[in-house]
Amino acid sequence: MIPPPYEYLNPNQLSEAISLLQKHGEEAKILAGGHSLIPAMKLRFALPEYLIDISGIEGMDFLREEEGQLRIGAMSRESSLEESELISEKYPLLLDTAKMIADPQVRNMATVGGNLAHGDPANDHPAAMIALRARVVVEGPNGSREIGIDDFFTDFFTTALQNNEILTEIKIPAAPPNSGGSYQKIERKVGDYAAAAVACQLSFDAGGTIQQIGIGLTNVGPIPLRSNSAEDHLRGQIPDDSLIRESGRLAAEDCDPVDDLRGSAEYKRDLVNELTQRAIKISIERSERGS
Amino acid sequence: MSKHTVTIEINGSSITREVDSRLLLVHFLREELVMTGTHIGCDTSHCGACTVLIDGRSVKSCTLFTMQANGKSLTTIEGMETEGKLHPLQEGFHQEHGLQCGFCTPGMIMRAAELLDKNPNPTEEEIRWGISGNLCRCTGYVNIIKAVQYAAEKIQKEAT
Amino acid sequence: MNGPKTSVEVGGMGHNIKRKEDARFIRGQGKYTDDVVLPGMLHMDIVRSPYAYAKIKSINTDNAMAIPGVHAVITGEVLEGYNLHWMPTLMSDTQMVLPTDTVMYQSQEVAAVIADDRYIAADGVEAVEVEYEPMQAVVDPFKAMEADAPVLRTDKEGKTDNHIWHWETGDAEKTEEAFQAADVVVKEKVYLPRIHVASIETCGCVASFDPVEGKLTVWMTTQAPHAIRTVVALVAGHVGLSEEKIRIISPDIGGGFGGKVPVYPGYVIAIASSVVIGKPVKWVEDRSENLQADSFARDYHMDVELAASNSGKMEALRIKTVADHGYTDAAANPSKYPAGMFSICTGSYDIKNAFTEMDAYYTNKPPGGIAYRCSFRVTEAVHAIERIVDVLALKLGRDPADLRMQNFIQPEDFPYQSALGWEYDSGNYPRALKLAMEKIGYEELRREQKEKRERGELMGIGISSFTEIVGAGPSKDFDILGIKMFDSCELRIHPTGKAIARFGTKSQGQGHETTYAQILAEELGIPSSQIQIEEGDTDTAPYGLGTYASRSTPTAGAAAAKAAHKIREKARKIAAHLLEASEEDLEWEVGKFFVKGSPEQAKTIQEIAFAAYTNHPQGLEPGLEATHYYDPPNMTFPFGSYICVVDIDRKTGEIKIRRFVAIDDCGNIINPMIVEGQIHGGLTQGLAPAMYEELIYDEQGNILNGSFMDYLLPTSVETPNWETEQTITPSPHHPLGAKGVAESPTVGAPPAIANAVVDALSHLGVENIDIPITPFKVWQVFQEKGAAA
Repeated sequence: MIPPPYEYLNPNQLSEAISLLQKHGEEAKILAGGHSLIPAMKLRFALPEYLIDISGIEGMDFLREEEGQLRIGAMSRESSLEESELISEKYPLLLDTAKMIADPQVRNMATVGGNLAHGDPANDHPAAMIALRARVVVEGPNGSREIGIDDFFTDFFTTALQNNEILTEIKIPAAPPNSGGSYQKIERKVGDYAAAAVACQLSFDAGGTIQQIGIGLTNVGPIPLRSNSAEDHLRGQIPDDSLIRESGRLAAEDCDPVDDLRGSAEYKRDLVNELTQRAIKISIERSERGS
Repeated sequence: MSKHTVTIEINGSSITREVDSRLLLVHFLREELVMTGTHIGCDTSHCGACTVLIDGRSVKSCTLFTMQANGKSLTTIEGMETEGKLHPLQEGFHQEHGLQCGFCTPGMIMRAAELLDKNPNPTEEEIRWGISGNLCRCTGYVNIIKAVQYAAEKIQKEAT
Repeated sequence: MNGPKTSVEVGGMGHNIKRKEDARFIRGQGKYTDDVVLPGMLHMDIVRSPYAYAKIKSINTDNAMAIPGVHAVITGEVLEGYNLHWMPTLMSDTQMVLPTDTVMYQSQEVAAVIADDRYIAADGVEAVEVEYEPMQAVVDPFKAMEADAPVLRTDKEGKTDNHIWHWETGDAEKTEEAFQAADVVVKEKVYLPRIHVASIETCGCVASFDPVEGKLTVWMTTQAPHAIRTVVALVAGHVGLSEEKIRIISPDIGGGFGGKVPVYPGYVIAIASSVVIGKPVKWVEDRSENLQADSFARDYHMDVELAASNSGKMEALRIKTVADHGYTDAAANPSKYPAGMFSICTGSYDIKNAFTEMDAYYTNKPPGGIAYRCSFRVTEAVHAIERIVDVLALKLGRDPADLRMQNFIQPEDFPYQSALGWEYDSGNYPRALKLAMEKIGYEELRREQKEKRERGELMGIGISSFTEIVGAGPSKDFDILGIKMFDSCELRIHPTGKAIARFGTKSQGQGHETTYAQILAEELGIPSSQIQIEEGDTDTAPYGLGTYASRSTPTAGAAAAKAAHKIREKARKIAAHLLEASEEDLEWEVGKFFVKGSPEQAKTIQEIAFAAYTNHPQGLEPGLEATHYYDPPNMTFPFGSYICVVDIDRKTGEIKIRRFVAIDDCGNIINPMIVEGQIHGGLTQGLAPAMYEELIYDEQGNILNGSFMDYLLPTSVETPNWETEQTITPSPHHPLGAKGVAESPTVGAPPAIANAVVDALSHLGVENIDIPITPFKVWQVFQEKGAAA
């Protein structure tokens, strides 16, 4: 399989990359890790005239906590999340997610920004970012703007990114004490997209009441989903088995899967039910261990 | 479609060529440089037969444009034997019967090289997950895992 | 066999010799077909049909030809000009090379673009414009057999339906009587889905026609180079390709598993293109082309019935099968056996009455019916019998191990004449099953299962006690396109006592360079490290039918032993001359002849070899060479018993293989390390179809999983840690007492896994789940049986 001809561009400034986007409009695409785009080009599903490789731009690959936020540069490779002490100590949900994406070689190239910007509801990071209530920073000709994760995924394979904008950073509220998270995924085999997956991030107050709760769902709708009803059910409560069971049921109601090779819609709904409960339980365990 | 100049250090030698934007790294290696140890087993980055190291990180060269490797340092299976001495992984695959048809072997070795670099003493489970991006149809992986363990031991022994 | 007879230095049978071939593979120096580069070589890429069934209204090649670097676009019309647009299949059916008017399956070859490099060729493929008129495809063989189904093979004159052939064997009447008289009858519908071998190297070739010499050389991914040469000569003789001017070279092959036995249209187009253009042409298919168009395996719909007495004695077996062959019967079976060795379906059991019949149909799917790492449809047969035995055990309330033990053919019954006509050479089935049960702790597992079941947990134990039939085959019954299924060895001993041997087979990872040398070392005492093995070049190797169906050791391995024996006969004469003794007074022991009673009076094989060229007895031909073509007197019957333990998640249906014990018996072992490796690989290719692999089509004949994204090969994470051991029951008729081994595990593993899963769910009323058994299927069972957790 051979990709179509195109012109390779490699700006070393973000402003230059944005000007190139301005100039070439819809004929240009951003090349980050390329692990969604290049296969699509080999299949000749994607036929860009220009690829703007942003890997040479300084300052887009970082991972740090500052001012109450976890800041992830869009060009951070998935493998750098796996290898980060900060992530493994404080953000188990992100660690879980990074480990479940494709395979080690792919994770050495694939970027966190790319995983979001592709807008694929089957990708794993979107649900995690929904659970973490991330904000996405994008840069365009008129400077930068922040988009809340709930406003970012607008339609099937479509995001709030404009043609002339580049996703530069993801900001996540720093994990408070006594918090925990988990990503639970059922896949047909290692490296596959999820039949269904659930991301959970929660924190407790001193009294053991759930203070913050985020539940994101992968590949069970046209876009990555948040289970508002499960979150509402848990928020402000002291979790017990029946509460968790009901949350699973509510998350299953919130999702909108379709029949495909991975199983029927009903099967996926059932998986969401079960995986939501598992993700909540593990998040709780991890928070208690952390506290 | 214009040509671009790339300079890549391959197995220690700097190589400069003019290439098309769309030339995949695996074809650059196999066809431009006639280094055919790196193989192609699929089109979708699933099989891992094309694995090489870029700056020490294992990547699937069928899903990279040559341009993306510009200025970087690349290691292929042809660069694993140094001064007539096999890499412990090469030795391990031979000693533990970790290969049959040999087609997936170069990719397996390159992937395992990074694995051991990051985690010199992996558990069986870590090896299984570590090579999960490489498909083998012949061995059932049992002896590949033993080969990686063999190499891990040997590398550690040599280090002490 | 009690340990090796030879020293480690000699390295004969039974030694764990490290493989010779590894040296190049671990360095990336293997030479596979795509590694072949010739001066002036062009590249070919193929235009494929998006439709499963369509008329071709027009093909416009102008835009493709306008691309700089495109040399030619080959269409069916072009090939028709040379009468090369059709070819025979190995089953004497016919197949389009390129179509002139109709496409019969999705991804069928429609045209080929020949260009300077593969990038330009791919652009050319995009630029070829084909206008199709789609027709309603017939995808389901049960629809294909309906009276009003459209007749697909309109190319066949007078064809009025989609039926290909009917085949039956056994005594229908006696079997029916036994069914009538039986206390208990169990029935099950068992489907073995369409799957694909998916060797990690895809198929391809480099065809190079030298117009001056009139010689064609083809490097190609073939498991059977000699047969290919003859087929090319027969198909293309009329354009001047005469067999002595055709050289087929199988270089290193990246896995075959049966997928590299057939002749695919791509090979023929590349050859034709090279002949027409006069330059070398390389064609290497993509993975998606490989999965979507190359031969499939299995696709048998079986109705299986087993009759037994109340005490559990199996009385009769009956199987009726519908075989879906796709567009054409492109299986690779011996001519007399359209359903391959399916009649091994009575398995390891003494069943006196059996009848099996089969009807094959055309559909709008890719052609095939090859064996995916098995000896011609044995996997289908074994799955049928091993599943129905478990269904019977369930019905009778018997332990499946116990029921098997009761019905096994007993060790003293060999040679055993099966109801469907085979003479099993040797076996000890109870020993293998007992060993498997001990190794896994069977009784303890059954206790654990009982306890778990009471707690609502799902755990299953599955057994498969299979019998294989390999080593095709005796010439009275076995041929492919008329060529008898012998195999060969040509052996030359050099003056310094080293040797080279060439064979008609072709390794694809089996390690022939090592194991054949061990056989010769065993028989001659020349160290295996000093024996060079060559295969795969038809200009140098003796004729043979190739490597598939676990036939290399049973046929070519035997040929090696026999050729070595011929060398020994001549060596005896030379030794007698050197020792000034009579031939009758000489005795052979590994590596030398000595005078009976005076072991110090001896001549080594090396001394004898030197004398063969320097001091041969007058009147005797100089030199020391021998060739043997081995025509096996019977098939060999490897067997084994496997036990699999699974745990199933009550919520998600996920299946975890906790343990898998495999006891195999392949007779005497040449290289234990290699045998174990073959078993590991075979088990993994049993796991794959049992839990992951299936080619899936929609009602229009579109493939839904034509890449590795959705055609799921197990990785190291899904694959369990196989626990293997062997028993040894030598073959009485094979010169080395050996049998084939590489395919046994692929045959035996799927029913062990399926039986384990069904066993875990049997108390819910489950009798059968068709493979691949996925978590989704298990979840569906939970819903159907009202057992959702």
